[in-house]
Amino acid sequence: MDPYSLKKLNQCRRERRAVLLLTDLSDGRDRVVVEGDAVAGSLGDAIEKAFRSGRSGSVEVDDRNFFLNVYIPPPRLVMIGAVHISQTLAPIARMAGFDTHIIDPRTAFSSSERFPGVRLDAEWPEEALRQSPLDPYCALAALTHDPKIDDFALKAALEAGCFYVGALGSRKTHGKRVDRLTADGVPQAQLDRIRAPIGLSIGAASPAEIAVAVLAEVIEALRSRGLEQRAGKAA
Amino acid sequence: MPEYVETDQPLDPLMIAEDWMRSGKDVAIATVVETWGSAPRPIGSHLVIDKEGHFEGSVSGGCVEGAVVAEAVDVLEDGTPRMLEFGVADETAWEVGLSCGGRIKVYVERLG
Repeated sequence: MDPYSLKKLNQCRRERRAVLLLTDLSDGRDRVVVEGDAVAGSLGDAIEKAFRSGRSGSVEVDDRNFFLNVYIPPPRLVMIGAVHISQTLAPIARMAGFDTHIIDPRTAFSSSERFPGVRLDAEWPEEALRQSPLDPYCALAALTHDPKIDDFALKAALEAGCFYVGALGSRKTHGKRVDRLTADGVPQAQLDRIRAPIGLSIGAASPAEIAVAVLAEVIEALRSRGLEQRAGKAA
Repeated sequence: MPEYVETDQPLDPLMIAEDWMRSGKDVAIATVVETWGSAPRPIGSHLVIDKEGHFEGSVSGGCVEGAVVAEAVDVLEDGTPRMLEFGVADETAWEVGLSCGGRIKVYVERLG
């Protein structure tokens, strides 16, 4: 492997960018392709497919055997609200392989005793998300019920293209939320991406059950990433 | 020590390879490029090896690492990449086979 390739590969992975190492197995030469880089021809098609599926593999192009090793950033679940639901949602999301991050400026809620082992920021989302920005490999669940805390984060998640954006609250609450965000300039197509009421419809009643419904919905969104266009349906 | 744990591995083989390279070590990188059947580690998994035979990561969860490390030392010597194949049908299966019955192909190359 070219030392330059290794440095670039690791740099992209640190920055949570989807990246791929393309190795020509006939001569051992390699190069790094970042998601979005234009690569022509059938090799380009194979690269696009690898990014979409997240699966590494070999491909033969013009009698040459290439190995495509794709590195997709680990999914991260960002919870707005150090609330009762988050106390279950954070640990089960960790078990399912997600990085987790909880943001809540209310210090009474954001205590490490309530969230052992979880990354917890007792900051406003404006500040916490500036230091740790959202990206397309993040899911965001707004769980505080408080527009002062939730709204900014929801808008940021839509702008960053998070693969999942969900918000707690009844249809009525969500209607008011949509009105506020519309007035704030968020386009309708973006607002339609918010999953509300939050969570898969499994009749969840307790906070822990709602956490299960939310995680299931997040996993569904993660695993169908990129399938929406192919199936021709809106999210 | 951080108060929280991220799921991305602290022992990430490619990050370790970069550290080793920066400290002036010769490094080989082994990568699973093909699997058949119930292979223990997915395509793309890495094992990184230094000249003294120290290694991090895994290509099989422990079954064939010893053989890969031995080959890697040769790769570091001559710089020529090698494609290794392991499985129950392999002639070395008795020594370094995959007990799960799967087969894997591992590409071993020198860094730089």
